[in-house]
Amino acid sequence: MVVAGDPKASALMDRVTTSDPDDRMPPKKLGRTLSASQVTMLRRWIEQGAVWGKHWAFERIKRPVIADAKTHPVDYLVEQRLNDEKLTPNVRASRETRIRRLSLDLTGLPATPEQVDSFLADTKPGAWERLVDRTLASPAYGERMAWDWLEAARYADTNGYQGDNERTMWPWRDWVVRAFNANLPYDRFTIWQLAGDLLPDATQEQVLATGFNRNHMINGEGGRIAEENRVDYVFDMTETMGTIWLGLTLNCCRCHDHKFDPLLQRDYYRFTAFFNQTPVNGGGGNAQTPPVIEFGSAAQAAKAKAAQATAGQAAAAVQRRAGELEKQQAAWESKTAQDTPASPWRTLEPLRAKANKQTLEILDRDRVYASGANPPKDEYEITYGLGPGEIRGFKLDAIRHPKMTHGGLARSDSGNFVLTDIRFRLNQPDGPGAELEISGSQATFEQGPFKIEKAYDKQADSGWAVWAGKPIDRDHAAVFRLKQPVRVQANAELLVSLTFNSKHPQHNLGHFRLSATDAPKPALDKGEDALQRALSTPHEHRNNEQKKRIREALLASDPQWGKLKKEASDAEAKIKSLSKGLPKVMVMKDLDKPRPTYVLTRGLYNQKGEEVQAAVPPALPPLASTGSTNRLALARWLVSREHPLTARVTVNRFWQMLFGIGLVKTPEDFGVQGEVPVQRKLLDWLAVEFIESGWDVKHLLRTIVSSEAYQRSSVIATPAAYERDPQNRLLARGPRFRMPSWMLRDQALAAAGLLHPEIGGAPVKSYQPAGVWSEATFGKKKYQVAKGQDLYRRSLYTFWRRIVGPTMFFDTAKRQICEVKPFRTNTPMHALSTLNDITYVEAARAMAESLLHDANDDAARFRIAGKRLLGREPSAGEVKIWKRSLERTATAFAAEPEAARHFLSHGASERDESLHMETHAAWAALCLNLLNLDETLNKE
Amino acid sequence: MNAAWNILDPAAPAPVQDRQLAINRRQFFGRSATGIGAFALAGLLDRDKLLAAPPAGNNGLPGLPHFPPKAKRIIYLFQNGAPTHIDLFDYKPALHKLHGTPVPEEYLVGKRFSTMTGNPSGKLMLQPIEPFKQHGKSGAWVSALMPHTARIADELCFIKSMHTEAVNHAPAISFLLSGAEIPGRPTMGAWLNYGLGSSSQDLPGFVAMTSVSKGTSCGQIFYDFYWGSGFLPTRFQGAKFRGSKDPVLYLSNPKGMKPELRRGLLDDLAELNQLKYQEAGDPEIQTRIAQYEMAYRMQTSVPELTDFSDEPEHVLALYGPQVREPGTFAYNCLMARRLAERGVPFVQCMHAGWDQHNSLTTELYTQCKDTDQASAGLVQDLKMRGMLDDTLVIWGGEFGRTPFIQGNIKNRPRWGRDHHPYTFTVWMAGGGVKPGISYGASDELGFNAVDQPVHVHDFQATVMQLLGINHEQLTYRFQGRYFRLTDVHGHVVKDILA
Repeated sequence: MVVAGDPKASALMDRVTTSDPDDRMPPKKLGRTLSASQVTMLRRWIEQGAVWGKHWAFERIKRPVIADAKTHPVDYLVEQRLNDEKLTPNVRASRETRIRRLSLDLTGLPATPEQVDSFLADTKPGAWERLVDRTLASPAYGERMAWDWLEAARYADTNGYQGDNERTMWPWRDWVVRAFNANLPYDRFTIWQLAGDLLPDATQEQVLATGFNRNHMINGEGGRIAEENRVDYVFDMTETMGTIWLGLTLNCCRCHDHKFDPLLQRDYYRFTAFFNQTPVNGGGGNAQTPPVIEFGSAAQAAKAKAAQATAGQAAAAVQRRAGELEKQQAAWESKTAQDTPASPWRTLEPLRAKANKQTLEILDRDRVYASGANPPKDEYEITYGLGPGEIRGFKLDAIRHPKMTHGGLARSDSGNFVLTDIRFRLNQPDGPGAELEISGSQATFEQGPFKIEKAYDKQADSGWAVWAGKPIDRDHAAVFRLKQPVRVQANAELLVSLTFNSKHPQHNLGHFRLSATDAPKPALDKGEDALQRALSTPHEHRNNEQKKRIREALLASDPQWGKLKKEASDAEAKIKSLSKGLPKVMVMKDLDKPRPTYVLTRGLYNQKGEEVQAAVPPALPPLASTGSTNRLALARWLVSREHPLTARVTVNRFWQMLFGIGLVKTPEDFGVQGEVPVQRKLLDWLAVEFIESGWDVKHLLRTIVSSEAYQRSSVIATPAAYERDPQNRLLARGPRFRMPSWMLRDQALAAAGLLHPEIGGAPVKSYQPAGVWSEATFGKKKYQVAKGQDLYRRSLYTFWRRIVGPTMFFDTAKRQICEVKPFRTNTPMHALSTLNDITYVEAARAMAESLLHDANDDAARFRIAGKRLLGREPSAGEVKIWKRSLERTATAFAAEPEAARHFLSHGASERDESLHMETHAAWAALCLNLLNLDETLNKE
Repeated sequence: MNAAWNILDPAAPAPVQDRQLAINRRQFFGRSATGIGAFALAGLLDRDKLLAAPPAGNNGLPGLPHFPPKAKRIIYLFQNGAPTHIDLFDYKPALHKLHGTPVPEEYLVGKRFSTMTGNPSGKLMLQPIEPFKQHGKSGAWVSALMPHTARIADELCFIKSMHTEAVNHAPAISFLLSGAEIPGRPTMGAWLNYGLGSSSQDLPGFVAMTSVSKGTSCGQIFYDFYWGSGFLPTRFQGAKFRGSKDPVLYLSNPKGMKPELRRGLLDDLAELNQLKYQEAGDPEIQTRIAQYEMAYRMQTSVPELTDFSDEPEHVLALYGPQVREPGTFAYNCLMARRLAERGVPFVQCMHAGWDQHNSLTTELYTQCKDTDQASAGLVQDLKMRGMLDDTLVIWGGEFGRTPFIQGNIKNRPRWGRDHHPYTFTVWMAGGGVKPGISYGASDELGFNAVDQPVHVHDFQATVMQLLGINHEQLTYRFQGRYFRLTDVHGHVVKDILA
């Protein structure tokens, strides 16, 4: 294509100069052509040897020389360029404009009139620098900085997708605010978020910071394949890292090698290998999918600590009392043995026990125990020898045994059994055998439709079962009452058959005992039987269960112990409920055994190609050669001095925040297809300054805002000036653009005096018209508007439902994937929001109220209103229109007091009814207009 | 070289702001002022005769349409959840014969189904649940479930060989509407809004409305990326009209703020903003003044839009009894016609509930009842008004449903069909499409599109063609490459163009 030094021999020159439309580059369908001067430039470049370096953004960052030590380096570089272009920069903006600009940029809130006055009064040198320091020290600074970070980190309070379950990632959001306010250096800010969990002796905070990676959407839709989800999450984590730190469009490489940048598909999957190591399996829509940590607010932490202490004391008191009682055990035992009524139940001892399929053994003379291969179904026959007496009922005790599943009652999958049939047949020595008819029954527990009656209903497959939704943790029993009492003769035999014929396989009772009674109304006792049995067993022969039973009875007999025990369990319940209220934040953790990573053909989760190892692309500097190749290594690599991208990309985003457009206007793409910076030296100087300051974010911002370039007036003096540089890329003017909608809301609340400045905590539900959630979710989610001060929290704390974002904002990131470029549109829908949303109407009313309180004459009120919203007093021309507007509106409201009353009724805050209603309404209407002034909506 | 390409080059747009600025640039060359308060205009001329206000409407891109369009507007009746082509339009007599027999294995090779079906091997074939008949001169086969649609069969062009790539709802809907399964690309309406603009001075150029049949058990959600603008500026996204008497959020003046009071205040506001413009010179201020005017006009035009009292009984009757009930599909269909009449070029009515996994013999009847008459009524109404010629109506979902059963064949009340991307049916009417034809075909089981298959990208290319757009030439640069609705695919289906 190119023959160095010889344009004529270079095919490239042919292609850009030929008149054949089919050969001519760029192709016609792109709709662009090279200008004559561009063609000349190409020719000259070839003549000069066609030197082709690396793409600029992949070159190591070098600090450009600033020849003039007296000029601010930013201005030195900007003015060089302006001189080249023969452009004259604007003068400094007024102090009023500058303090408003600075305050909105760095805190997202307007300067208060007091702040304006004190800045205006500071006539000593260094006033601006002092103002900058004061502003950076405001706690509102961290909140302002957090917003953009949350958009990049796709933070939201729900999962997204169908179901859209609510998550609790907000402690991570609060950490971001704290980190900015504490000016955590950006290299640590990076390492903690990407890999804080892997730091040696990681603190809670460092682990919390890794919630960053887990802010991705979670898809809990039925029918989704878990692995497909998991791979999506890994892609998302990788691409978010790619956009925020590398400024590269990694997503292009999911399916193929990058068309423009030196990135192969393999490089992409090598990046994913860093993130492919968490235990997340992709299944389900749990909004707190482990790994998680619990992390509450400071107040919550204090409450939890107090509850722990209380619970500890209560538990100790219980122990003490138990110790006292144990000393009295012997006396208690003998007394109790006398007092406890004799059990009406007589244990029967089997002579024989056999099953069709299993082996039945007789344990301790009275219990039957099943072993051997466990068949799907079985039938037992147990023969008991009986002495003379009367029998009115039988009791079957199902007794847990360690050999049963989960130590339960059977060797089924769950430890549960289904007794489908039980029959009692009595063989008297002198007569024919007879079946004993059952007339009633009682059971310790019945599992849903598996009622005890089903065990003798003559239906072959219905029966009695006891599963209570959790592993079986108690013995069970059933009583069968006989229709007719039966008189038993000596040497009679009782044949009991138990059938397990359920469709649930292997639900064969594995360990049981039978008793009989002559009590008139046979019934389950309340444990007296077992207690009596335990007490009558000599100490040395008591088994653990019996010891436990006696101890429990001993404790239960003491009212004081009962009271202490209740206090202790209440305290435990309190801890539990507090912990339940504690947000669980999803964080990072790597598997012990690394998960292999593959290139996925066309990005499909199940189309595995070549296996790859975690690594960085060869076009970028290598990873540190020591230590593991894990996320921590990746994070440290990103913030190494040698890295050509991180500092440039980051500085560019901060520049974009202040000037509305980045030095590279494609903040998400520093690759070949992204923009080459108009002021590359400026970008590089700032990037080096940032790194060498120790990645000091406040220092960087201070540096930028102290330049003349930042402080210039934004006025467009002539159409020609605008035509020359419509986007202000050369910085002859100061920035002027419509603020983000969240900032408009904060500004309105602040100017109205409604803003509640509490920092952090669970998200709040600000005003939103009724029905927005339920319409989007078929009524499944209902929006409960907050009450009281929560209505007036900063926008940062507004609850963000991913599938239907808060309606009071517009032009925001969608919080679905990483977004780093602000939207800034100008539509009628936005006008309707700021004119009619209750937030603004109420703010106007509150602002009007305070104006009426703060001054007695209209002129003074106008001055205060101007200062609050615009940071300046209104001009005479403006006052004239405001006054006229106010008078006309006041007349209209005076003619219709009902309208005034209605207009003052919006919003939950109280209104001062002592104010003259029509006057108040007229001022509120004026304030609503002032909230909609172009100047109010813009940072300028 | 790179630098020369980019510096101050208005042809290298910064995706977010430049369009607005491009309009502003044009202002310098004296575009006429329309749709702006008289006062604002006076002030404007006062300052600088060179600077005229931007129109409140949206003029689209220069050079568009690429050629004379057949359709000037689209009403897309999107059926979320995937209507069963087997039971509605794609008649397969062979299914009666094979009813209850296992699906022939040769149809399953290499196919992917949703995890609800999993391995389809051995599933039993299920015949259409209602009889089919041929209708009209065209002899189109339509199920008895759709009597009203059957009656207008001669107006319709059935595409019976649609096929797609996704097997789950959200990705498939996103694919159909934006050309990509993953959210983040502009939807069709946003592309058209961006490219062609809108002549409406009082209403947004792209309106989306949603509805769902009462008692529907399915839980498909209407994600706002179904009418999103993706990486295009948000002013091109669909304005979501809500299913209530107040379809636009924040439209109504706060109580106590009478329209005449607001009018006066807006004039004051424009005057103040004009003062600001004198001082600051930012052309964006003029756009703002114009947009506030548009907002005010919407306050009048939208209530007028939703006031059906001017509709005669016989017109209301076309749409069926639910037409008076805000939030129903019938209501939205009539709204769509009223929007179209008022110059809104893209209306997207989405109706959910077609996901008949186990409700073919129950909820499917409700779905049809709630959509059949209104859809047919809309086509007839447009025709009566002479609007059908240049209005393209599209009816269809994101994929089809399996010719085999989901559920137990002995349990008729719970019969269902699972997701099926390999063929499905969509119909179009008006707007330059041949009426009374069926295009393409699936195989004898309704399993695969075999004759003249129409891929989603082909469908998109065809729709754009009808609007006078070469789908390969409407592009937008984002993240380093040029994007278009049809990605790098798509062939216009010429045979259906009238």
